[in-house]
Amino acid sequence: MAMSASASLSKAVKQQYMELPQGDKVQAMYIWIDGTGEGLRCKTRTLDSEPKSIEDLPEWNFDGSSTYQSEGSNSDMYLIPAAMFRDPFRKDPNKLVLCEVLKYNRKPAETNLRITCQKVMEMVEDQHPWFGMEQEYTILGTDGHPFGWPSNGFPGPQGPYYCGVGADKAYGRDIVEAHYRACLYAGVQICGTNAEVMPAQWEFQVGPCEGINMGDHLWVARFILHRVCEDFGVVASFDPKPIPGNWNGAGCHTNFSTKEMREDGGLKAIEDSIEKLGKRHSYHIRAYDPKGGLDNARRLTGHHETSNINEFSAGVANRGASIRIPRNVGQEKKGYFEDRRPSANCDPYGVTEALIRTCLLSEEGDEPADY
Amino acid sequence: MATSASSKLNKAIKQQYMDLPQGDKVQAMYIWIDGTGEGLRCKTRTLDCEPKTIEDLPEWNFDGSSTYQSEGSNSDMYLIPAAMFRDPFRKDPNKLVLCEVLKYNRKPAETNLRQTCKQVMSMVENNHPWFGMEQEYTLLGTDGHPFGWPSNGFPGPQGPYYCGVGADKAYGRDIVESHYRACLYAGVQICGTNAEVMPAQWEFQVGPCEGINMGDHLWVARFILHRVCEDFGVVVSFDPKPISGNWNGAGCHTNFSTKEMRDDGGLKVIEESIERLSKRHRYHIRAYDPKGGLDNARRLTGHHETSNIDEFSAGVANRGASIRIPRSVGQEKKGYFEDRRPSANCDPYSVTEAMVRTCLLKEEGEEPTDYSK
Repeated sequence: MAMSASASLSKAVKQQYMELPQGDKVQAMYIWIDGTGEGLRCKTRTLDSEPKSIEDLPEWNFDGSSTYQSEGSNSDMYLIPAAMFRDPFRKDPNKLVLCEVLKYNRKPAETNLRITCQKVMEMVEDQHPWFGMEQEYTILGTDGHPFGWPSNGFPGPQGPYYCGVGADKAYGRDIVEAHYRACLYAGVQICGTNAEVMPAQWEFQVGPCEGINMGDHLWVARFILHRVCEDFGVVASFDPKPIPGNWNGAGCHTNFSTKEMREDGGLKAIEDSIEKLGKRHSYHIRAYDPKGGLDNARRLTGHHETSNINEFSAGVANRGASIRIPRNVGQEKKGYFEDRRPSANCDPYGVTEALIRTCLLSEEGDEPADY
Repeated sequence: MATSASSKLNKAIKQQYMDLPQGDKVQAMYIWIDGTGEGLRCKTRTLDCEPKTIEDLPEWNFDGSSTYQSEGSNSDMYLIPAAMFRDPFRKDPNKLVLCEVLKYNRKPAETNLRQTCKQVMSMVENNHPWFGMEQEYTLLGTDGHPFGWPSNGFPGPQGPYYCGVGADKAYGRDIVESHYRACLYAGVQICGTNAEVMPAQWEFQVGPCEGINMGDHLWVARFILHRVCEDFGVVVSFDPKPISGNWNGAGCHTNFSTKEMRDDGGLKVIEESIERLSKRHRYHIRAYDPKGGLDNARRLTGHHETSNIDEFSAGVANRGASIRIPRSVGQEKKGYFEDRRPSANCDPYSVTEAMVRTCLLKEEGEEPTDYSK
């Protein structure tokens, strides 16, 4: 089985070291998004006491020429702490610190989509926008083949795996269980998990989160997943179509509501939003994966419970549409709706910002407004 | 040996993660029966505090087009919590929640046999119907071959394996032991285990359970067995005849009694029930496996301690009959009887409902009575 060499290192030996007391010193692991817009990086610093809030964490910097973010001749980039969580790997009092990246001139790095997302979220604070994102992913061996699949072939066709149980149905549940507990410990708003349609594919859901928290919590949940898989010696892939052919892709369905939509009669506000989204399909497609739609083009075919990338559609309980209105929302005439277009490797700051701009700031046309 | 890749993941690492405190949050794993009527599915949600009773658990929904239960264009189906158990995998305060499935229009899904079973059971509450079901199953490797069997052949013929001990007799006892403890922890009414006649075949018994509890406890016991086997990297099969030829099949013998049968002189009531069952053989055969009798046709041959599927028979201490009256019951003139016809992959709601309809509600003929009219 293609598991990493690291996975064979003695964990008992490691545990002995991890049990050593650390006095008053605290380890803070700074996490950021690299130049690909999908990859995560991290490095750690010692602090002299436990940070109680984000303001206790100092700015830092790193070598952007090693992360596809700058040239070697002018490579310093800034890390600005944005959100702090408990560290489920090193445990209390140590922290995970999600950061924004600024260029040498203190302008946002190209893949720092958080800064505009936060501005947009502040503009609509009073509407209390809530999000829930359903993160799908595939577990791979270090050979790049899906975990548990026969090494030179394929498992039986899709059908029995979704929410399945049993060694012939569920591949890699240990990772899912470990990730769930790690997220709960860290303070990430993880609200569920399930096995997905393709074997070795899983999903976890994060939410409900208001405003900027959605992006923060989802990025940290992804980081935790990468670290958990690293410990087990396997790899998590957020590629939207890891295996071509009659195998499901991986998305990040995004559920959205405002206070108005959640209140009686909110269905009208939902329908108005869907109307606006229907007129701005290509702007959203560009925002829904890190390659302006090219990644999603491999996934959104109209088959395998996806809509076709070239068409916008909406429907109650319809998993083949771009937007799905849950059946109970249609009945209660209030609630939320689900945008099924975002790719598994989307930037949640980019996705949530686009939804706000179109639905709440009523923007139109192909470009975002510059406020 | 054909064990899964997942079973080779480092369990010490997993244990470190599972030891992390979870604060006030609780994980509830919702379990349901899929469109096959045999398969189980599950997914988990986080709750903000520990549910104390079933009423504390919210309704949920799922994508029925991925479980052979609906079309993609109208795929939402509802999960209605029905019975709650402690979670032996994630441990307290986390829960396993067995659910009923409703279609988009809130009518029961095709394989939701619990709903009518519950209605029927509530009609006969005063009879206090007790059930005990003997669940047989076979352990397989991920290659589909029975666990422990030579990879390209067969073990020695049946004889030494039933209740056997020793590495050449008992294949996979670790699974049985783990499952037993997990069921006890969860609150499932497991009352025994034994190795069965075919090597790699085992049996556990659940009961006595009154009314609807029989189906609930047996389905959760089956789920726990699937999860335990998944952890060990093997597969459990409830197929009624996994290996053709001179190898035992797998059944789910169902023991049944009412308060009247358990009281002095109850043997008369037992005999009356058997009389009614003898007149409704085909209706019961249809209810005793998920394919209306087709699965059982491979098992109920009249050989290997089964009755023939085409004939009804009953007898004291007779394992070749459809109904067996235990010898002690014949002597004490009260107790219970054993229906040996149900298949290992039967739906216990369907089996227990059929027994109550025929024996207590005194129905006749090929179709169940519709009491809603």
